[in-house]
Amino acid sequence: MGDRGFLVEVGQEISADVNRRVQELMLRLQQVNLPGVRELAPGYRSLLVVFDPLAIAPSELKTRISDVAAWPGRCELPQAKLITVPVFYGGDYGPDLGWVAGHLGISSDEVIRLHTQTIYRVYMIGFTPGYPYMGELPAPLVVPRRSTPRTRVPKGSVGIAQRQTGVYPVESPGGWQIIGWTPIELFDPKRQMPSLLEMGDGVKFEAVRQVGI
Amino acid sequence: MAGVNTFEVLSPGIMSSVQDLGRFGCARYGVAASGALDGFAVRVGNLLVGNDEKAAVVETTLMGLRIKVLRDTVVAVTGGDLQARKGSEPLPLWRSQLVREGETIAFSGPARGFRSYLAVAGGIQVAAVMGSRSTNLASGFGGFEGRPLRKGDILAAAPVKDLTRYADRVFLPEAVPTYSAPWRLRIVWGPQDDHFSDEGKQTFVTAGFTVSPDSDRTGIRLKGPVVTRKPGLEESIISEGILSGAVQVPGDGQPIIILGETASGGYRKIATVISADLPLLGQITPGDEVSFEAVSMDAAVQALREMESKIETFKRSL
Repeated sequence: MGDRGFLVEVGQEISADVNRRVQELMLRLQQVNLPGVRELAPGYRSLLVVFDPLAIAPSELKTRISDVAAWPGRCELPQAKLITVPVFYGGDYGPDLGWVAGHLGISSDEVIRLHTQTIYRVYMIGFTPGYPYMGELPAPLVVPRRSTPRTRVPKGSVGIAQRQTGVYPVESPGGWQIIGWTPIELFDPKRQMPSLLEMGDGVKFEAVRQVGI
Repeated sequence: MAGVNTFEVLSPGIMSSVQDLGRFGCARYGVAASGALDGFAVRVGNLLVGNDEKAAVVETTLMGLRIKVLRDTVVAVTGGDLQARKGSEPLPLWRSQLVREGETIAFSGPARGFRSYLAVAGGIQVAAVMGSRSTNLASGFGGFEGRPLRKGDILAAAPVKDLTRYADRVFLPEAVPTYSAPWRLRIVWGPQDDHFSDEGKQTFVTAGFTVSPDSDRTGIRLKGPVVTRKPGLEESIISEGILSGAVQVPGDGQPIIILGETASGGYRKIATVISADLPLLGQITPGDEVSFEAVSMDAAVQALREMESKIETFKRSL
C-alpha cells in the first residue's frame, strides 16, 4: 500500500483457517522483529505491514516477509480468551429484532436462540477502536445489512449482517441489523489492554432478558 | 503533567484539536493513527520553538480560532496560511516569535491551504494515550479530553528556560511548501489496482477531480468522472487494514482519499498517495481540483528522502 505498506494476502475467503494463518504470520513477524516495521494490522484474510521505507528498502523487506511467510509448519498461537457477553435482546435494546425475525420467517425467540448457540471467532478488530468482527453466524440467521445505514448506533449495540456479528464499542454510524445491547465495555483507552477482545478470541452471547416476541 | 497554563481558547473556530505525529502500533485494536494531517508543518513548527519534532501542537481548520496567551512564551505558526494575527499585526508563518501574556492570536481565514499549526515552546501538555497525544475523535480519547477544543479550554505547555533563544528563528525559505491548487498528488498503484478496468485506471490518472464539501478528517471525497472497476466485481471487498493516503473507490466510482481516522476498510483501493505528498493532504480544501500522477516505488522513496533532507538541513542550521 503505497511506499510504506505491504498488504500480505494469506487467502481469498473468510474462514477460520485463513484467519488463523494471518494470526500466525503476525506472530512470526513480531518474533522476528524486522527493522523499520512500524505496525502490523491484521484483517480477515490479510496482514498490513506498515514500515518506514527509509529504515529498510521496500524490496528487502518484501523478501524478508516472504521468507517468514514460507516457514514450514504451523506455529503455536497464544491461548485465546473466551468471553461471555450478556445481551438484552429486542425492544429498544434491539430495534431490528422484529424485522430480522420477520425477514427469516422465524420467531424472535428463535433468533435469540440461534444467536446465542455458537461460540464466535473474533476475526479482526476494526471500523472503530475495539469493534470485533465476529463469525460465522449460523446459516439460518443470515440477513442483509440495513438498506439505509443508521447515522447513530448506540454504544453497546449488538448487530448482525450476512455471516457476521459485532458489537459497537462507541456510538457511531452503522448499517448492521441491531438485535440487542450489552453493557460490556469493549474499549477503554485507560486499560493496560485497551481492547477487551483481540483477533482469535472466542465470544459467546448470553441472553439476559428477552423483550417482545 | 508538569505543564504551565499557556493558552486560553476564546473561540475554537471551525475545528481545532490537539495533535502530534500520530498513534502507531494499535491498528490491531482498531485504533487509527489520528495525528496532524500536515506532519511536515508540525515537525518544522516544533523545531522552530525548540521542541522535539513529535511534540503536541494545536491543529486548526479554515478559520475562527482565537487564543489568549496566558504567559510570555515562544510560538510558531506553520502549515496553511489562515491569516494568523497577533493582536492587530500579521503573524508571519514558518518562524518563531515571542508572544506576551495578554496578547491574542487569531486565525481570520484562508489565504492558502486549509489547516494551520500552532506550536509552542515546551509543547502542549496532555497525557499520552497509547503512546500519542493526538485526539482520536471517533472514540473520544487522547488530545485534550478526547475532543475538539471548546471556548474556555486552558492549554498547558511545559516550562522552558531561556525562552528568547528560540525566538525569531526562520525556516529555510526555499523549503516552505507552496500549497497551491490545482493539486497534483503522486501515487503508487495498488493494492487493488488490478480490480479496475484499464479505462478506469486511465481515468484515474488523467482526470481532474473536485474536492467535495463533505470532506473532513476521515477523508477527502472527490467528484469527477467515474473510475470503473472490472465487470463482475462486487462493490465491497473483505475488510482489511488501511493507511492514510490510500485512495478507495466505493461502488459509485468516486474516489475517497483516506486520512488518519480510519484503521480498516472494505472498499477497493486503486492507489496510495506517496509519503512525501501526505502532508499536502492536510491542506487540500473543498472546491480545489486534484489530479493523480503514478510514480514508481523508487521515485516515491527518493521523494521522501528529499523531504527528510530538508528537515535534516534545517535541524543542522539551528
